[in-house]
Amino acid sequence: MPEIKVTPLGAGQDVGRSCILVSIGGKNIMLDCGMHMGYNDDRRFPDFSYITQNGRLTEFLDCVIISHFHLDHCGALPYMSEMVGYDGPIYMTHPTKAICPILLEDFRKITVDKKGETNFFTSQMIKDCMKKVIPLNLHQTVQVDDELEIKAYYAGHVLGAAMVHIKVGSESVVYTGDYNMTPDRHLGAAWIDKCRPDILISESTYATTIRDSKRCRERDFLKKVHETIERGGKVLIPVFALGRAQELCILLETFWERMNLKAPIYFSTGLTEKANHYYKLFITWTNQKIRKTFVQRNMFEFKHIKAFDRSYADNPGPMVVFATPGMLHAGQSLQIFKKWAGNEKNMVIMPGYCVQGTIGHKILNGQRKLEMEGRATLDVKLQVEYMSFSAHADAKGIMQLIRMAEPRNMLLVHGEAAKMEFLKGKIEQEFNINCYMPANGETETVTTNPSVPVDISLNLLKREMALGGPLPDTKKPRTMHGTLIMKENSLRLVSPEQALKELGLNEHQLRFTCRVQLQDPHSDSDTLHRIYTHLKSVLKGYTIQHLPDSTVMVESIVIKLSSSAEDPNTKVLLLSWSYQDEDLGSFLSTLLKKGLPSGLC
Amino acid sequence: MAAHLKKRVYEEFSKVVQIPHEEVPAKKLRLSKPSKSAALHVDLCKATNSTDALQYLLQFARKPVEAESVEGVVRILLEHYYKETDNSVRLKIASLLGLLSKTQGFSPDCIVDDVISTLNNEKSHQVLVQLLDTLLVIGTQLPENPAVRQRLIEVACKHLSDTYFGVRIKCLQLLGCLGTVDAPLTKDNEGQGMSTVRDVQNVISDYFGDQDPRVRTAAIKAMLQLHERGMKIHQIIYDQACRLLSDDYEQVRSAAVQMVWVLSQLYPESIVPIPSSNEEIRLVDDSFGKISHMVSDGSWMVRVQAAKTLGSMLQVSPHFLEQTLDKKLMSDLRRKRTAHERAKELYTSGEFSSGRKWADDAPKEKVDTNAVNLIASGACGAFVHGLEDEMYEVRIAAVEALCLLARSSPSFAEKCLDFLVDMFNDEIEEVRLQSIHVLREISTHITLREDQLDTVLAVLEDSSRDIREALHELLCYTNVSTKECIQLALLELLKNLNKYPTDRNSVWKCLKFLGSRHPTLVLPLVPELLSTHPYFDTPEPDMDDPAKMYWLWDAHCNWPPSPQLPGRKPLYGLDSVDSGGGSGSVEAAHLFLQQSLNRVSTVQNLEAPGAQDLLDFTIRDLQRLGQLQPELAGAADFSATYLRCQLLLMKALQEKLWNMAVPLCLKQNATATAAARQILEETYKLEFLYSGLESRQVATIHHVRLQAKALQLVLTARTRRGLEPLIGSCEKFLQDVESFQRLFLTELPHLQDSFVEKLLELMPRLSSCKPAELVKILQTTLRQSGLLQLRLPEQIHRATATIIEPTGESDNPLRFTSGLVVALDLDATLEHVQDPQNTVKVQVSELLYPDGQSHVIQPRPGDFRKPGPHRHRLITQVYLSHTAWTEPCQVEVRLLLAYSSSSSSSSSSSSKAGWSDSTDSLPPPEAAIEGTIPFSKSVKVFIMPKPARR
Repeated sequence: MPEIKVTPLGAGQDVGRSCILVSIGGKNIMLDCGMHMGYNDDRRFPDFSYITQNGRLTEFLDCVIISHFHLDHCGALPYMSEMVGYDGPIYMTHPTKAICPILLEDFRKITVDKKGETNFFTSQMIKDCMKKVIPLNLHQTVQVDDELEIKAYYAGHVLGAAMVHIKVGSESVVYTGDYNMTPDRHLGAAWIDKCRPDILISESTYATTIRDSKRCRERDFLKKVHETIERGGKVLIPVFALGRAQELCILLETFWERMNLKAPIYFSTGLTEKANHYYKLFITWTNQKIRKTFVQRNMFEFKHIKAFDRSYADNPGPMVVFATPGMLHAGQSLQIFKKWAGNEKNMVIMPGYCVQGTIGHKILNGQRKLEMEGRATLDVKLQVEYMSFSAHADAKGIMQLIRMAEPRNMLLVHGEAAKMEFLKGKIEQEFNINCYMPANGETETVTTNPSVPVDISLNLLKREMALGGPLPDTKKPRTMHGTLIMKENSLRLVSPEQALKELGLNEHQLRFTCRVQLQDPHSDSDTLHRIYTHLKSVLKGYTIQHLPDSTVMVESIVIKLSSSAEDPNTKVLLLSWSYQDEDLGSFLSTLLKKGLPSGLC
Repeated sequence: MAAHLKKRVYEEFSKVVQIPHEEVPAKKLRLSKPSKSAALHVDLCKATNSTDALQYLLQFARKPVEAESVEGVVRILLEHYYKETDNSVRLKIASLLGLLSKTQGFSPDCIVDDVISTLNNEKSHQVLVQLLDTLLVIGTQLPENPAVRQRLIEVACKHLSDTYFGVRIKCLQLLGCLGTVDAPLTKDNEGQGMSTVRDVQNVISDYFGDQDPRVRTAAIKAMLQLHERGMKIHQIIYDQACRLLSDDYEQVRSAAVQMVWVLSQLYPESIVPIPSSNEEIRLVDDSFGKISHMVSDGSWMVRVQAAKTLGSMLQVSPHFLEQTLDKKLMSDLRRKRTAHERAKELYTSGEFSSGRKWADDAPKEKVDTNAVNLIASGACGAFVHGLEDEMYEVRIAAVEALCLLARSSPSFAEKCLDFLVDMFNDEIEEVRLQSIHVLREISTHITLREDQLDTVLAVLEDSSRDIREALHELLCYTNVSTKECIQLALLELLKNLNKYPTDRNSVWKCLKFLGSRHPTLVLPLVPELLSTHPYFDTPEPDMDDPAKMYWLWDAHCNWPPSPQLPGRKPLYGLDSVDSGGGSGSVEAAHLFLQQSLNRVSTVQNLEAPGAQDLLDFTIRDLQRLGQLQPELAGAADFSATYLRCQLLLMKALQEKLWNMAVPLCLKQNATATAAARQILEETYKLEFLYSGLESRQVATIHHVRLQAKALQLVLTARTRRGLEPLIGSCEKFLQDVESFQRLFLTELPHLQDSFVEKLLELMPRLSSCKPAELVKILQTTLRQSGLLQLRLPEQIHRATATIIEPTGESDNPLRFTSGLVVALDLDATLEHVQDPQNTVKVQVSELLYPDGQSHVIQPRPGDFRKPGPHRHRLITQVYLSHTAWTEPCQVEVRLLLAYSSSSSSSSSSSSKAGWSDSTDSLPPPEAAIEGTIPFSKSVKVFIMPKPARR
């Protein structure tokens, strides 16, 4: 039986450095090539030596597919392609292709320029790597080679995020990347058609969570910001540059517009400017509202949101500032936080998760006195809010996707093992399909039962249809006669005559003959006539002929009569039929063996 | 088709006229008819190849064919059909046959046989489809013919097994349109040589499992069609329909949703088993669960369909209904409470809502992993999903469904409140507006908590005027629970007033209703609001806060008498602000109105001065009545105006001039002429300003108008020399009489002993006599005829308009550069105006300066909103421009109601019905008289065009 093998190099029972190898129908595909945020050593990249110890990866991989531009999904790409060596095609969607190099460059700058690491990929390498990228459009089927085809579906999550359907022959795999089943202010919901893949590889970040409706959270967020502004306070929102930041911007921008508010909103500059530019361009990837209104006004051309300057932080009066980074561990957001922390009118809203040890994590846990460098302490008087705006599918969303795609097997990645365990149980219970959750480096083998396509000649099909009634009845299977020809990787079902002709063979006739002894006192010709009338009365609807050369033909079955030499009353009947008429022939022989009924004249 | 009809009409018309005169034109007509088919025949014979033939047919299809020649044409077409080898031409012929059988006046049963026989010989699938389509048309044309129907059904059954999907679809359509349930249908299963008796539903439901999704859809649609035609669908197909809900194709799923819904409405109470368990539930609950499931379908069309459908399943049990709003939250396998639950808890615990604790939404108890049902079976969370959907169409459908369900179930209304309030924050304005409207509709069932009210009130700051006004409307109908809520609402509304002063009227109205709805809650707030603490008992409270006053006063009306308040009566003389609530019962007033009208009917018996006095008094009475009783204002005004017309007529007829010799009265008739003109004007007002008139009243009004015209005619005859102008106006008058007769044929019996009746009796004489004689007859008839009694219809309302903005109070002129344009915001409410988009116009006229220009501006249709029944709101901008003036000057703005007499003839129902058959006898309609009636108080606006700087 054919098999599909899936091996996570990263993101197996883990979050970070997504990298999954899939072998399907003799093709090897790498899905995502990310880095791990938590490590600074070799562990931050996937272990490519799993694929090959030395030499380049090109000959082992048929293609690489990147689902979206987050670094834990594409961070290791230049390392893999340029430093390890891979020259094959890399597929990603247009927005991902546009934004990905910006993030990679930023990442490189921080690691090399700030942390002083050596032996890291260079700007040139990023450029070279991006040259190998082939962009994908949504719902466009791309033929990687003769057999392998891939197709991208919308995944929500971030701009340009895609799910990929990979298909070789009749075997297929869907890889979701990160996705979101609930729409938000700037992106739509993930969608996939009923493609019934053999394996659905899904992320499971929120495997054990069912989220509240977004509206409550949005309303809370807006209310808090609004109240603070009305009080004359300042609001700090630490964000990471891409993704949620844009959603919050849109949210505040429209709110400002609706409520006619005048207080300024600032966005600390940086790579956001560039990224925003791409958000403006890729309108087709956003949600319904933005797509519909962009003719009048592009929602990403903010009216109320302006670029931030360091000096603005000291301006009097209310304001809202988005600043990077998101966990208040360094940079501009921390500087602003220090300035504003002392005033209880102000507020900081943490829109995402904070890693332990960061200031964000401390203040969220209620710490009101912070130790800063130089043994100074900082009194935190401002209000601290937490608002989770996450763009991953929750447990219900994952189930919804399974219902949409109807896979035969399920494979979970990108989540914590314990949580996966729960979801696995649920999936197996509710959908009655196998669910796998391999750890990094473990190979999961799934045997498939692919359907084998066979070409059937139209004539044969028509003939069979004409024979057995007009329409195929799904309840009753029907047999048909034909010859299967396997030739050069193709299967054809043709009629026997044609098969003989093609193979250059002669047809062999197979005939059965049978003798039946019959006690009948009449003369030969009378007996034959009696047989004729007998058969005529039994077999209605068949053509029965009495031929002049003293034979009876039932369809193509020949019945001959000869009386035996010793006893004129014992007649010997010779039956002869071809293989095709076996049924009728054996019926006749048993019928005649019983003898003729006496009532016949 | 219209052109065709018209042509026919004219043809018949000309036939009627011409035949008696001479033979030749009639012959021409008869010739032209066969010539059409003949021409076609010739064309088709000429066609050498199929493309030519196709061209001819296409040309032929553009022209209409008369009913009489259809059959001939059909024969020719069929004849050609048999000869034709090209599929496309046959296809076109088949489609033409269908088109032709739709011709009015042609009964297509004669071609059924031909079409069926062609059908049997046809090989091409496409042509088959077209032929079946033709049969479908014929079948729908002949719904009463059971024989044809039976034959068509047989044909459909026979071709159902075709291999081409289109043929099967058409057959299913045929079955759906023509099949009957009661008549069993025999169908041969050739394979077994057996015959089973099956009915149409059985046959159709076989195709629910067809391999082609289009056929599956058609099968469901056919079944729905059967249902629409009143056949009872069997419950057996419920299972099949449910299975189709998970079809691969969206159109199938969408149709299946409808099918399941239909069944749930037909058999709501029957019991179905739940698979994989022994339990059983009601069918309507089961289907509700299944359709709820479709709200999270992959295709948004299906989602919209499902969400809409849910709204109409009112018989569902409350338990299931409430599940739709249920979504068990969970975080890291711990049960989490929703924000709604938390808010409620905070509220009930009495703690002030902090909502600012980190992790106050921290998960509490551990969830039993086995109990968590991730794919909720049934209705779980359907609306939660629907309201969060990506497409706003789905969200709107969900909001509407919520509304329908909540209206029928108060407990559900209570539950969905939180969700609706959440929708106030949607990104699409339409959705926000819709959810506000919905909340208003269900507001009778619910009481808002303080935290909910807070969220609702936050929307008051919305910059969209529609949203704010919808919210005011909502607040008018809202119940709140505590006095803090009232205070909160009051403060927010005042804040709203500060921010958007244009909302003044709406806010005041809102406060008024809010106060009168919650008198007991307002009571404890009074001292604080009026600052009437005994400590600071100031001699005169500040009156500058009309909003507050308004509100208090209305609440005050409903207060229980209480000692600590200064008596009810002298509450700062605010009575004048109010329009006067209940004084005297409506019945009494109505009786009075009737009595007055009855009294007037005796006026004929009185002498001239007495009669005039009676009319005078009655008019006065009626006017006063209208002021006192707003419910009857329309009727009272209407009657008063009518009586005034009569009075004027009476006065005019009693002038001395009638007794004078003609040459002497030249100067005297000024009053009479003026009266005639005024009556005419008043009749137009009567006809177009009041809504709810029946044709009886319209006839009465026209009658008065006719009298006025007669008066005018008589007066012109007496004053002018020369016959030429007189002949013209006489003819005109006779036409008027004729058209009156035509329009109000049904009303004539009620007009006994009236001016018109007498005129009509004399009509043969009138039409032939000379003008002078006519005038003489008219004069005597006018004087002899008495007053026609007015009968009031049930409901009669006068169209009114109030200009809210501009107020006309401002002393600051509107400055603008002369020659350029300035926009003046206009805001008005219109009551009882029918079709304001076409009739309401804005007039701007200058007052002071002698050029006295006046413009009439037609507002855009989009400027009209409809906040309530019989009520419209006009919010528009009027563009003004002028050359420089030396000092500011006022312009007057008012609203006009435009009318045209042509619209009157079509609006009266009697004439409309008879329009199509009476056209032949009609002379071309008289030139429409158009005009305008001012129906609002004018508002003066100060404007100041300044000279442009060079």
